[in-house]
Amino acid sequence: MSKMSYSIPIGPIHPALKEPVMFEFEIEGERIVGVDFKVGHVHRGIEWIGTQKNPLQILPIAERICGICNISHPIAFCMATEEAAGIEVPERAQYIRTITAELERIHSHMLWAGVAAHEIGFDSVLYLTWRVREKVLDLIEYLTGNRITKAMFTVGGVRRDITEEQYPKIREALNYYKEMFNKLKHVFLDDKTVRMRSRNCGVLTKKEALELCAVGPTARASGVKKDVRVDHAYAAYGDLDIKTVTPDAVTGEAKGDVYDRIIVRLLEVAQSVDIIEQCIDNMPSGDLVTEPKPAKLLALLRKAVGEGVGRAEAPRGEVIHYVKLTGEEHPYTWKVRAPTYNNLMPWIPMLMGEQIADIPIVAASTDPCMSCTNRVTVVKKGRVDILDHEHLHKLSVEKTRRLMQ
Amino acid sequence: MVLPKSFKRSLWVFHINTGSCNGCDIEIIAALTPRYDVERFGIKLVGSPRHADVLLITGPVTRQMVEKVKTAYQQMPEPKAVIVVGNCGSTGHTFHTSYNLVGPVDTIIPVDVYVPGCPPRPEAIIDGVVKAWLKLETLEAKR
Repeated sequence: MSKMSYSIPIGPIHPALKEPVMFEFEIEGERIVGVDFKVGHVHRGIEWIGTQKNPLQILPIAERICGICNISHPIAFCMATEEAAGIEVPERAQYIRTITAELERIHSHMLWAGVAAHEIGFDSVLYLTWRVREKVLDLIEYLTGNRITKAMFTVGGVRRDITEEQYPKIREALNYYKEMFNKLKHVFLDDKTVRMRSRNCGVLTKKEALELCAVGPTARASGVKKDVRVDHAYAAYGDLDIKTVTPDAVTGEAKGDVYDRIIVRLLEVAQSVDIIEQCIDNMPSGDLVTEPKPAKLLALLRKAVGEGVGRAEAPRGEVIHYVKLTGEEHPYTWKVRAPTYNNLMPWIPMLMGEQIADIPIVAASTDPCMSCTNRVTVVKKGRVDILDHEHLHKLSVEKTRRLMQ
Repeated sequence: MVLPKSFKRSLWVFHINTGSCNGCDIEIIAALTPRYDVERFGIKLVGSPRHADVLLITGPVTRQMVEKVKTAYQQMPEPKAVIVVGNCGSTGHTFHTSYNLVGPVDTIIPVDVYVPGCPPRPEAIIDGVVKAWLKLETLEAKR
């Protein structure tokens, strides 16, 4: 039989990714020999909307760039605007920002762990992690008033305080995660099934990670020590004891496979718990915002001329916001660079040479977030393809079973 | 709630993200997982619209997704119900001025239940599914 490659289109509606993105795979037998993808299905023209509004009105939109990273985007936008307008943020506000950002990281990583377990057909772990995740959502709701969109930030500070009466509940939730950490570590790192499906699967070498500018846990799993919280400390991270997490701490070497990405995210949950504890132990007193009156703040921003860049470490990697103020009501430019944008290209080396059944777990392993990424308009009519995800998922589950035998 | 006499099968749901920010999507998954656990009623997400009774739509429908939403809707067997989860699918919400929106969803396909909220809580999503269920049961009984 002659060797012939054929192509499989996947997406854009594809429950494995939860978001519209379209893949085209060149397949030879079971091996993937070519990968291409089209993004842009979630483009909502957010930056353009932003240039029609004033900075305080942009905040809710920045929060809705992504429902999962809805702390990282506003924090980066606030930092960019504060830099452009020369506004200082009170120290207490910086600590509160740090706490909320770390709570977000815990919830995002737990979410990812569940999705990853689902992709390899391990649904009981999906249910376990999502049950564990509800605890941090309860805490977020208790502190900010909402489960998902938190509306905590304003330019020059935060909108809600975290008071001493709230500490016991925070500590209780953190202790819960400390207890659960070993259990989760055991489930994910010692389990034979997880190890078989994720070890040496979707490898991204350190060289490739550097060349393709991978960010966040994807880069760190390949051994690239890159973390905005350490390299370019913002909010209160400069005061805290924090180290870049890489998988060699557990296994001795960073291979850059899916297993290493699981290790990095698990360790980061533990790190976030530690950071929140440090924050509430050292919480300074003081104001929450520089300028409490929105009208005065707006007048100040209207007069401001300058440009600023805000960099923040979202759960998926580095978020960059750029804002240019020209002394008018609306910002002249607002540019967003989300982490998944950098983590798209690493998909290609990761997926090359893998089997079809590995596509869901490898694609999910970078924790892709299309709603963050789709800034650039790609007005190209995509093909209407609805590939049966169940089939793909079934393949993945079957592979796990085969390995277990 | 009192289930109608024609109640005889579980509800299968197909979910499409038409440009949502993920906020609603993660609340939908939260509704399926142990805290809210709608799977105990047999409600589950399926991978193909051809198996689904209910179409769950999140997001304001970007230009790229219009045809895909229509196709998915046409592929569903009758009787079917459509639920829009979240403000942006219902009205456009904070994105309503955007140049790349064709939605809200009800300008593209008929919608039965709107679940407002940005994002709505899982309880609200479950309530929306129950309302769609009642509609499906009524349609089924009429046949």
